[in-house]
Amino acid sequence: MKKRWYDYLWIVSLLYLLLGFFNILFTWLGLLCFFLPLIISVATGTKGYCNRYCGRGQLFGVLGGRFGLSRKKDIPGWMKHKAFRYGFLIFFLVMFLLMLWNTYLVFAGAQDLQQVVTLLWTFRLPWHWAYHGTLFHLGAAQFAFGFYGVMLTSTVLGLITMMLFKPRSWCVYCPMGTMTQLICKAKAGKQP
Amino acid sequence: MTSVGKKRRTAAVDQGACVACGCCAKICPMQAIEIVRGVMAQVNPDKCVGCGKCARECPASVIEIWEVGA
Ligand code: SF4
Ligand code: SF4
Ligand code: SF4
Repeated sequence: MKKRWYDYLWIVSLLYLLLGFFNILFTWLGLLCFFLPLIISVATGTKGYCNRYCGRGQLFGVLGGRFGLSRKKDIPGWMKHKAFRYGFLIFFLVMFLLMLWNTYLVFAGAQDLQQVVTLLWTFRLPWHWAYHGTLFHLGAAQFAFGFYGVMLTSTVLGLITMMLFKPRSWCVYCPMGTMTQLICKAKAGKQP
Repeated sequence: MTSVGKKRRTAAVDQGACVACGCCAKICPMQAIEIVRGVMAQVNPDKCVGCGKCARECPASVIEIWEVGA
């Protein structure tokens, strides 16, 4: 099949993750892949982002498919169960809010800037080399660290399930995919 | 049908478990799959040739290839 420009967005995803190693402030760009999927599904009632533009899904597809880094086994039943998908979405959102709260504390001056990236909600990795000061408020830098932690965590989880199961297993329980599908379900339900 | 004993194969999606990621639609050489309203995948049985590529690709493994009587 003919490749379109949007079939190469996995390169953008890869660059994004690499940029975060060099300058943490770049991670603000990642907000795009937080808002675009939601805007697309609210505006058009489709999962257009997942179906076409998501570079992260493509990256797993390329690494697991072309590079053969996947066992290509079926994902266990419980992982595609709605209880797990919705549960993971809620857990993810709660952790996201906690990250925002920590950012707020730095904004409010109640907490110092933490130059760490938290992986898998547990491991605090030192990440000071990617911080070169900021022209903005310290809170802006704190958000960058926090948000990169979210992105890195989902990438690591995605890579693990990519290796164990099918390349794009992450897409089964990806909170963004679950959210956009829920929006679409709500919209489709309202239509006659 | 003309060819006796030759069975036709076609893909069927377990739509309740589909996550609408669109991986199947992307890989299908016949463009036989559509993601309906961002909710689930739908196979067009007239276009599907039963090659099974979509079933292998589907991350949730919710596509099965059936033989339909011919
Ligand atoms: S489910 Fe998540 S990772 Fe997969 S295509 Fe959609 S947004 Fe991207
Ligand atoms: S690949 Fe599987 S889960 Fe994804 S849209 Fe197709 S049938 Fe649904
Ligand atoms: S079996 Fe082959 S032709 Fe049929 S929908 Fe799947 S990929 Fe397309």
